[in-house]
Amino acid sequence: MNAHTDDPLVISGVSFGSRLITGTGGAPSLEVLEEALIASGTELTTVAMRRVAPGARGSVWEVLERNGIRPLPNTAGCFTATDAVRTARLGREALGTGWVKLEVVADEHTLLPDPVELLEAAERLVDEGFAVLPYTNDDPVLARRLEQIGCVAVMPLAAPIGSGLGIRNPHNLELIVEQAGVPVIVDAGIGTASDAALAMELGCDAVLLASAVTRAEDPVLMAGAMRDAVRAGRAARRAGRIPVRRHARASSPAVD
Amino acid sequence: MELIVNGALREAAGTVTVEEIVRELTAADGGAIPGGIAVAVNDEVVRRAAWAGTPLGAGDRVDVLTAVQGG
Repeated sequence: MNAHTDDPLVISGVSFGSRLITGTGGAPSLEVLEEALIASGTELTTVAMRRVAPGARGSVWEVLERNGIRPLPNTAGCFTATDAVRTARLGREALGTGWVKLEVVADEHTLLPDPVELLEAAERLVDEGFAVLPYTNDDPVLARRLEQIGCVAVMPLAAPIGSGLGIRNPHNLELIVEQAGVPVIVDAGIGTASDAALAMELGCDAVLLASAVTRAEDPVLMAGAMRDAVRAGRAARRAGRIPVRRHARASSPAVD
Repeated sequence: MELIVNGALREAAGTVTVEEIVRELTAADGGAIPGGIAVAVNDEVVRRAAWAGTPLGAGDRVDVLTAVQGG
């Protein structure tokens, strides 16, 4: 392989050229969403499962299908393992995929993952044959447990969902990356392009974001910025950055 | 007979199948039922292939879901 060509992201045996995974929530319209998804270059995109609204026109499912983007149904809005398992089964039936972004949150205020319910839901879904991608806290121990029970990736948060706070604990993300044998995908809390680049520089395998693009003033422009940031961060990681020094080191030869 | 469809009470006269309920919600204009739909009756998923052959009983809770923007 050419040293300058990146290897693909491989999740559960499926290869992706793009390391940017997008969500679809928060976009002002389906038209803007579609343009933003195309600009992001994403190949994998989350959707939520909700009751049908009679008479609704156009669907996010059609947008993904016509652009050849693989759908990743989530279990957003679930607070218990039982809820999440039921929602995952409905997503599998509706979208014809055994992949699920498993989200089991503790409360509406923080939307932080409930680790006890999350682990239980993950175990049940793995047993049912799902490819489980859990949205988790930036906790290296929990990430390890999720991998041990058979999750195909771990998706630690950078910061709470929709907060745009960026990576609050880069050290924990590094610990998760060091030990993980499955892809590590930073999920939630990304605010702008530098946050996405930093996630990749820390060694994460991919970035999942929604609000940072869909709620930006110009979602399409931000989608392109995120695409470039993920690529740049990934290349910088592979290139091997210089060590940080306390003092200057001249880059020009000394004067004779 | 009374059904609960997507959380709302619905009166049904005679036999109603899952498919009829889905059609009512997603294809009221007479077109085809779109893709990306899943149904649960009393929290159990009913596969698409079984919709037409699954009659509903009094008090059944029917949830018809679709993929929406999220996550």
